[in-house]
Amino acid sequence: MSAALFIEQLLNGLQLGFMLFLMAAGLTLIFGVMGLINLAHGSLYMVGAFACAIVAAATGSFWLGLAASLAAAAAAGAIIEVLVIRRLYARDHLDQVLATFALILIFSEGARWLFGSFPLYLDIPSALGGAVRLPGGATYSAYRLAIIGIGILVAVGLWLLVSKTRLGMRIRAGESDREMVAALGVDIGLLYTLVFALGAALAGLAGAMVGALQSVQVGMGEPVLILAFVVIVIGGIGSIKGALVGALLVGVTDTLGRFLLPRGFELFMGTSDAATVGAAIASMLIYLVMAVVLAVRPQGLFPANR
Amino acid sequence: MRREQTVNACLILALLAAPVLAQLAGEPFFITLATRVTILALAATGLNIALGLGGLVSFGHAAFFGIGGYAAGILATHAFNGMPLFLGIPGTNQMPVIWIVAMAAAGLLALPIGVISLRTSGVYFIMITLAFAQMIFYFAISWPAYGGEDGLSIYVRNAFPGINTLKPMPFFLICFSLLAVALLVFSRLRDSRFGAALEAARQNPERLAAVGIAPNRIRLAAFVISAMVTALAGALFSDLNRFVSPSMLSWQMSGELIVLIILGGVGRLAGPLAGATLYVLFEYALGGITEHWQLFLGLILLAVVLFARGGVIGMLAGRAKHG
Amino acid sequence: MAEPVLEIRNLSKSFGALKAAVGVNFDLMPGEIHALIGPNGAGKTTLIHQIAGTLTPDEGEIRFLGKDVRSLSVAERARMGLGRTFQVSSLAQEFSALRNVMLAVQARQGTSFRFFRPVMSDPSLTEPAMAALQRVGLQDRADVPAAELSHGERRRLEIAIALALEARVFLLDEPMAGMGPDGSRELTAFLDELRHQAPILLVEHDMDAVFALADRVSVLVYGRVIASGPAAEIRRHPAVREAYLGEGA
Repeated sequence: MSAALFIEQLLNGLQLGFMLFLMAAGLTLIFGVMGLINLAHGSLYMVGAFACAIVAAATGSFWLGLAASLAAAAAAGAIIEVLVIRRLYARDHLDQVLATFALILIFSEGARWLFGSFPLYLDIPSALGGAVRLPGGATYSAYRLAIIGIGILVAVGLWLLVSKTRLGMRIRAGESDREMVAALGVDIGLLYTLVFALGAALAGLAGAMVGALQSVQVGMGEPVLILAFVVIVIGGIGSIKGALVGALLVGVTDTLGRFLLPRGFELFMGTSDAATVGAAIASMLIYLVMAVVLAVRPQGLFPANR
Repeated sequence: MRREQTVNACLILALLAAPVLAQLAGEPFFITLATRVTILALAATGLNIALGLGGLVSFGHAAFFGIGGYAAGILATHAFNGMPLFLGIPGTNQMPVIWIVAMAAAGLLALPIGVISLRTSGVYFIMITLAFAQMIFYFAISWPAYGGEDGLSIYVRNAFPGINTLKPMPFFLICFSLLAVALLVFSRLRDSRFGAALEAARQNPERLAAVGIAPNRIRLAAFVISAMVTALAGALFSDLNRFVSPSMLSWQMSGELIVLIILGGVGRLAGPLAGATLYVLFEYALGGITEHWQLFLGLILLAVVLFARGGVIGMLAGRAKHG
Repeated sequence: MAEPVLEIRNLSKSFGALKAAVGVNFDLMPGEIHALIGPNGAGKTTLIHQIAGTLTPDEGEIRFLGKDVRSLSVAERARMGLGRTFQVSSLAQEFSALRNVMLAVQARQGTSFRFFRPVMSDPSLTEPAMAALQRVGLQDRADVPAAELSHGERRRLEIAIALALEARVFLLDEPMAGMGPDGSRELTAFLDELRHQAPILLVEHDMDAVFALADRVSVLVYGRVIASGPAAEIRRHPAVREAYLGEGA
């Protein structure tokens, strides 16, 4: 195993981690501020991917597609917030799970109806099509590096938004005391719609960026949604810092587990058995990590003050 | 007789009458449909113990449903090819043995999952049970010995002493009897001391602890019992389809089980049966009109959650009463 | 001299910078009512929580019936006979008044891992529960769900539950809260009788009730016991007058 290969896998892990962070940040923000568990977050990811693929195919520009993914996911988020989600804030988690599960069915079947079951394809933009030479001689996909870069930018942006701006102040206040915010004359309904649309836009962005690495199809959102759940459970639901740490932990653990475990088992058994056992355990690894974290810290690594 | 009991009795009689009529009319397909309703109702009755009585929103009960399914599939495969399971233990095609193995396996799995998951509550509990189920799902997909992603076929439906299970009607009656037993168990459990403590743990765990009953031990027992009943349904489900695949373990399956309970009525005895009946009828009726029937299912479900809390039983029999 | 039923030594608890208990000493003798008074935020409810086991003290000792209970869970302490009422009524809302009390009877009788016999047809549960409801005058409301009871009825139901537990000690957290003058008078008479069954730690803001009932009074201010002694003495204590004048009473 060469160092270059290991570095490549590590970067793949970080790329997966930052992509998960985009999903998890929205989920955790929505839970932290509104107390809502949103299963349909994966559908917003899908909306972003479809919007990007369609606009990119029509205009020939990935970047227009990316802008469209943000706009479409934010708009879809705002619409479902106004029509459905805001009726759920005062409900228990069971109702929230059910209603947002219903939204998944509607989004998925709706998308299948409109676009069919065949995947759409989205090309990596030509400017980022090549590889970058890293210090030490390894090369790495420029596009994947760009995803890592965007993930870092979003993390910094969210931190600035929440800790430095007026909107962020309201978000933090809304987290601790809805009535106080309402008493200050903030339109809490509008605030919630904005927060929901922001989370949706981040999910859409993630979907669009991943769409160019994989294919764009119905059902693409749910596996990512479940990983994002694992992320926020590990990080502590409601904490953006927890979402970042959890996302990187999950991304790197999952990628390196799939890479290293089969090689590790080769030390004890034949190559094909090692590949089987290694792959089976690697596929469960992040869930084991989650179980261990929760056994030690039931509120996750960075419990939000709720 | 209370109104709810009348509604329950009508539902159960209708479930029994439907396949008999189908048999007379020479439409065996409807017997299979009724068997599907019965098995899904049984699975959801299991979940109803944890979710309805105990307020434990398990989003991972597909794990137990699938474990039951795989128990049936794996034992049947070994019985079929004559290879020992492990340590020289042979497979079997006898349903009673398979049921016991399915329930025991699910119970043993539910114990550690329950212990860890019950350290948390609320949203964490929902997500953790989901994550554990995903863990088992991915294991089933990546472990090639029993079909991996492609699943496992049961070439001949498993046997029950003295009954020809290959015919639809006898198999339906086996499933129906098990559902009847499960409903009886559910109702006795609910009215017992254990049930009182479990329902109190849902309504107010602080109060329960303050009178001296530790809520989590009660919840854990309920979680394990619930998993075992759902696993029994899983074993029947793979015998119905003569096929078991990772889709039985999927998160959509967990979601469907919750949906059945919500459609029917949370914590109500016949809620899962009402929900399963409605669900399978939707699937059949809407599925005949459009292949996108799930879109309409989504809309109906959304309407039920937003506007018709209490489900079918709630609409027909009014609010739940607690002695 | 009799042993104290409940004994608290050097108890300290803080939440960050907020000190809820600083070296608190407190005891409860058989047959007495020992009232704990003090302004809001003094740490009275926090103290009840630590005795009941919902909060763990940072330091100090809690002995109940001569036994150190710090390592025991809430449920284990309750089974030993700590009967607690909550400041804000805490009941199984969907259950009837009777079933709320039956839960306590069931807990006292031992295991809840009985899966088949219906509770409603089990006289060993219903009869003691009904008797407890009768003692607080709720027998006519036995079938009413707790959620539909009036505020005063809920407070009485809390006490019926503690009665059914056959508690060795009653921890009553503001039982008079929101009761109105008639209700308070009635409850005061009832508590006066209750002390013969088991001693009472009474946290209360209603000073008329406190001085009518309490044998001893301890005053908690900012987590410290600033005065403790017979009720008549405490009434004249300058520090107490100051603390209460400071609060505007």
